[in-house]
Amino acid sequence: MRCCKLSLEPGELENLKSRIGRMPTRTEMHIVAAEWSEHCSYKSSKMHLKKLPMKGPLVISEKGYDSGVLDAGNGYVITAHIESHNHPSAVEPYGGAATGVGGVIRDILSAGTRPIAILDGLRFGDISTDMHSRWLFKSAVSGIADYGNCLGIPTVGGEVEFDECYQNYALVDVAAVGFGKRADLVRNHAQKGDLVVLLGGMTGRDGIGGSQFASDSLESENRSAVQIPDPFIEKLIIEAVIEARRQNLIHAMKDLGGGGLSCAISETADALEIGMDVDVKMVHTREQDMNPEEIMTSESQERMLIITGQPELELLQNICKKFRISCSVIGHVTADRQMRIRRGQEILADIPAGVVANASLLDLPSKRPQYLDEMDKRVPEQINNYTEILERLLTSPNIASRAWVYNQYDHEVGIRTVVRPGLDASVLRLDNGRYLALTIDANPKHCHVNPRQGAAGCFEEACRNIVCVGARPAGMLDHLQFGSPENPEIFWTFLESLEGLAEYAKILEIPCIGGKVSLYNETPAGPIKPTPMIAILGLADKLFVAQKTSEGDSLIVLGDTKNEMGGSEYYEYIHKITGGTCPAVDSATSKKNMNAVLDIIDGGLVKSVHDCSKGGLAVAISELCMTSGIGCSTNLDDTPGDAPLDAMLFSESHSRYLLVVEPKNKDAIISLLKERRVFFGDAGRFGGKKMRIECKGSMIDLSVDKAQKGWSSSLGRLVHG
Amino acid sequence: MRVGIVVFPGSNCDRDMYHVLADVFGLEVTYCWHEHNLPDDLDGIVLPGGFSYGDRLRAGAIAARSPVIADVKKMAQRSVPILGVCNGFQILVEAGLLPGALLKNDSLSFMCGWTELIVNSSRTPFTSKFSKGQRVPIPVANSEGRYYADADTLKEMERNDQIVFRYGDHVNGSSDKIAGVCNVEGNVVGMMPHPERAAEPEINPAGTGTTSLIFESLCGVAS
Repeated sequence: MRCCKLSLEPGELENLKSRIGRMPTRTEMHIVAAEWSEHCSYKSSKMHLKKLPMKGPLVISEKGYDSGVLDAGNGYVITAHIESHNHPSAVEPYGGAATGVGGVIRDILSAGTRPIAILDGLRFGDISTDMHSRWLFKSAVSGIADYGNCLGIPTVGGEVEFDECYQNYALVDVAAVGFGKRADLVRNHAQKGDLVVLLGGMTGRDGIGGSQFASDSLESENRSAVQIPDPFIEKLIIEAVIEARRQNLIHAMKDLGGGGLSCAISETADALEIGMDVDVKMVHTREQDMNPEEIMTSESQERMLIITGQPELELLQNICKKFRISCSVIGHVTADRQMRIRRGQEILADIPAGVVANASLLDLPSKRPQYLDEMDKRVPEQINNYTEILERLLTSPNIASRAWVYNQYDHEVGIRTVVRPGLDASVLRLDNGRYLALTIDANPKHCHVNPRQGAAGCFEEACRNIVCVGARPAGMLDHLQFGSPENPEIFWTFLESLEGLAEYAKILEIPCIGGKVSLYNETPAGPIKPTPMIAILGLADKLFVAQKTSEGDSLIVLGDTKNEMGGSEYYEYIHKITGGTCPAVDSATSKKNMNAVLDIIDGGLVKSVHDCSKGGLAVAISELCMTSGIGCSTNLDDTPGDAPLDAMLFSESHSRYLLVVEPKNKDAIISLLKERRVFFGDAGRFGGKKMRIECKGSMIDLSVDKAQKGWSSSLGRLVHG
Repeated sequence: MRVGIVVFPGSNCDRDMYHVLADVFGLEVTYCWHEHNLPDDLDGIVLPGGFSYGDRLRAGAIAARSPVIADVKKMAQRSVPILGVCNGFQILVEAGLLPGALLKNDSLSFMCGWTELIVNSSRTPFTSKFSKGQRVPIPVANSEGRYYADADTLKEMERNDQIVFRYGDHVNGSSDKIAGVCNVEGNVVGMMPHPERAAEPEINPAGTGTTSLIFESLCGVAS
């Protein structure tokens, strides 16, 4: 048999038998194996994900949506979702990354909203030493660029990180955001006799067993499990679906992703409490001799499942004709909640949709990992001159400018982008006069040292990014990426990270509006570091555009710098130390500082705000200087914090912001901060051509031009060798 | 004034162009699907950016064989102002309405960012409100945007005043830094940069003003 290997565990087969009271047919086994894979069923994680708060005043929940929905005001909604395509991208980075974009875009489309933005979070091995990682990085960026650009959806933000734990592997995470009128949301409903329509690309032998492939560690390259991208068809599908929605032809809709038809049919039937009777002979296929199991589990891209009524069918077919996309009626809706798959008259599967769509959940054991006690305990010596170290950090792969990446993405199409990539967060204008801020973030180095604090910290950092552009965090998407959950030590890091996220989300009252879990991210060399990724959507009524820093402006540093060097770039990149204390989030301080910054921005008191994160204060100050092409004379002795010299410069403590202030507004800001009991320090002024950072008698002295050149060109140089 | 925006499968700047022409400049705008005839009463035609037919074969090559192109050619002969932006420029070149060719950028990758144009000719309906030599901040976004013409063609174009815009800098290896050209008559203009992405102050980091003159010139044609 040519089809994928079955990955039903022996226990699961018994479970299936007992739930349906008989031996499953071959087709049923394939359907269930695809749907009960970790990738589709979330069987290891589902019972724990309830810890995340999912409700909030702006959250709109509807049945059967693949994306989260937020109320944007004035009758408009924002939809958002996050997905990864890690296994495929590690094998075929161009196609894997491209189809990763395609999949999440269709999730946004499924709700009936037009996709308006893409963000991507990428992780690879060390590109400064490893050619293969360089190739993976370069190809994945091209894949995202070629797909997103062709669709005319701007890629407005993202982040990239390199770490040896991703050697011979890749994490490609894509978040997408949609926008539309609340009244235009597809209200998923269906009734007996409605038609099941498969619209879009042809079903082929690509991506067969993809969800099982993604639910195992990456040991051999399984290219046939990787899907083939076609952004042109996706673009036609977007326009056709939006037109069909405009004409009210869609009763219910779901995109085809992991698990292909097996997943789309069973999950839709289960969510809408209906049955479906589908004939595989009616599916338009790329090859003639595909067997039913292949058709049911193919993950060919650019396909949508639409439920429509008999009277609307002709209009839907006309739209498809206009856009020249295929559209097949593959079956009809029944009332019996059965998923019935046939080939002509021959019934191949007849099984309750609820059984297929709901794998038995696992409660896996966890155990605190031993590695946490065995980490490097070295402490680097304090030296007198950190100029050279700052120079090295500014050109390091994890800190250097990302312009080489985002200049390959069309970030302007759609003419909504008012704050472009390269700053803390990007901002889009919305049709209702409001503004949407977007960012995406992860910090596996922190999470490795302390999964709970690392996860909460990356959440806080993403919120800081949103606050820096003057918006309030309104919703969060999480994407939890770990190694095998069957390893109790890895599962412990998953649970800890989740706790960290849940606690911060509850205190800050930021609902989780969607998410994804990706497990089994392993190669024969071992698992990846825990990599929870967070995307934040923020809303603002007023646009805050950062002004260029000029001669005489003051720098105010807000927030406490602590001796928290674990997982920092200073430890990891400069000293090759993996260990130490990772930055911890104090939720009360986080909230207080965030509100103070937002009020300062609302009061029009500040020229720009920058978040302090990777590389600490020294790097954050340099970034302000380099982006405005201006020097500074700063002294950190008055900035809050009681840490040794190197930590004052490079610690990645949370809840810190850099404010660039005109002299006339300084007093107003200082009195506001004092009144709110926010820790802050006057760190000096901007001006000249040299970046001077003084601290505890030591002085960093670096020419802005030189720093700027190294920082802005480093990534391109690393990629092109 | 009534302007038609020609939409091909894969066009993706059509809605942006519509917004600018209709909502910002108050023109009467209509979408024209590539398989239909163009209405007779159009006072202007815009071929917007995007990836018509997914840029298969060569950018613009398949769209240039669309049924609508025959009408575009007729309108061109009737001196109707026609603007092709980005993929629209590529289509006009592939259709033989404009000279030269558009090749892969010398970086071999897609490039998106802001640059500066220098107006070289103000005789077209899209540049009449500029003075020669005026600088225009504008974004570019393409991967096949390197304008190429051989030395003889370039000389001829120079003589006929067909070079409309040049880049202020070497951005992608274009012959003679050419960013936009017109036909001999001057009514058909193609340009790689995106004027519709710079026509409102909110999305124009350089402030607005000069870039909008492209559309204001068109509005001036009617009056």
